[in-house]
Amino acid sequence: MNNLLEKLERVLGMSDTGSLNGLEYEFNPIPGEVEVVQVAFKDREELPIYLTQSESQMLCICYLWDDEEVISDKRAEMLEVMLDMNIPMPLSSFGRIGSRYTIFGALSLESSAESIARELTVLSDNALDAIDAMSEYLN
Amino acid sequence: MEFFKKLMTAIRGGSRELGEAVLDTQSIRIYEQEIEDAKEAIKKAESDLTGVMAKDMQAGREIERLEKEIASYESKAISALDQDNEALAGEVAEKIAELEVELETQRIAKDKFSAHVNSVKEMIKQTHAKIREHEREISMVKTTDNVHKAAKSINQHIDGGSSKMVAAKESLERIKHRQQDNSDRMVASESLNDELSGESLENKLKAAGIGDESDRKKQVLERLKAKRKGNKN
Repeated sequence: MNNLLEKLERVLGMSDTGSLNGLEYEFNPIPGEVEVVQVAFKDREELPIYLTQSESQMLCICYLWDDEEVISDKRAEMLEVMLDMNIPMPLSSFGRIGSRYTIFGALSLESSAESIARELTVLSDNALDAIDAMSEYLN
Repeated sequence: MEFFKKLMTAIRGGSRELGEAVLDTQSIRIYEQEIEDAKEAIKKAESDLTGVMAKDMQAGREIERLEKEIASYESKAISALDQDNEALAGEVAEKIAELEVELETQRIAKDKFSAHVNSVKEMIKQTHAKIREHEREISMVKTTDNVHKAAKSINQHIDGGSSKMVAAKESLERIKHRQQDNSDRMVASESLNDELSGESLENKLKAAGIGDESDRKKQVLERLKAKRKGNKN
């Protein structure tokens, strides 16, 4: 498997910091068993995007909120809204890892620089919009 | 279908090693080997298939040739009979009988080749489907395992304090606040620039309808009119 960070730098033709579709970013590799790269956009540092890749795809994941933050008697309604929003939402889908709700996008390993850049920035925008829209279900 | 359910149960059960819960490393390796073997089998079957199909076509051509030959001998036998040459007709009939045996043998062979071709084609189709299914399952297991491991690293990273996990609404508020702050700063800087370049006062006067070009023209014209009137008087 190619080194993810190297690949990002090679594919996107840039260094650890720079600008993607007008958003300033910073890349940070995260130590662990599998390769994970954190992409933090300037002024959106609270909602970083985590990139990881398996043999078949590249995944861009943004953590939204924890189960604890959900107003318990509104959970069912929230889940239904998330399902309804999954299709119209551009490029991203809602998901859950453990107790954390996520928004994510999957890319082919052969994706072009434009596709990766677009995925990352659209995902970040979607994450902000999603939290804004779903605030009524959160504490 | 069965596999999807297994994976779902493992995820719902909050299994620690999600990928491993469905298939352990050893099974994954066996699975991958099975895929490789199946791909090899397909390659061999495809090359065998070409040979069998060639034989099938050859048998077909041979049948056609024999049928023509039999037809030709039959007409010859009839001609011999027309000439009341029973002996010659008998000889020709013997030849036809030989050819018919050969034709029957070729027909049986062709049927076997055709059946073989069909069964190999069916086998290839089934193996392709099996490979596709196995590859999809392995991809699901590996992705699940990969995401689980990545999540472990991310959680350690967040809990380790190098990146804070703040409540979503609070994060959004902070981001919105920062964006508002940036936009306020931009407006302030634009206004400062305007003031420094002296455009601001001019703009304000213009907005108030004071000192703009058309107004000045009007005033001059009125002054001239008044002057003219005064001269006449």
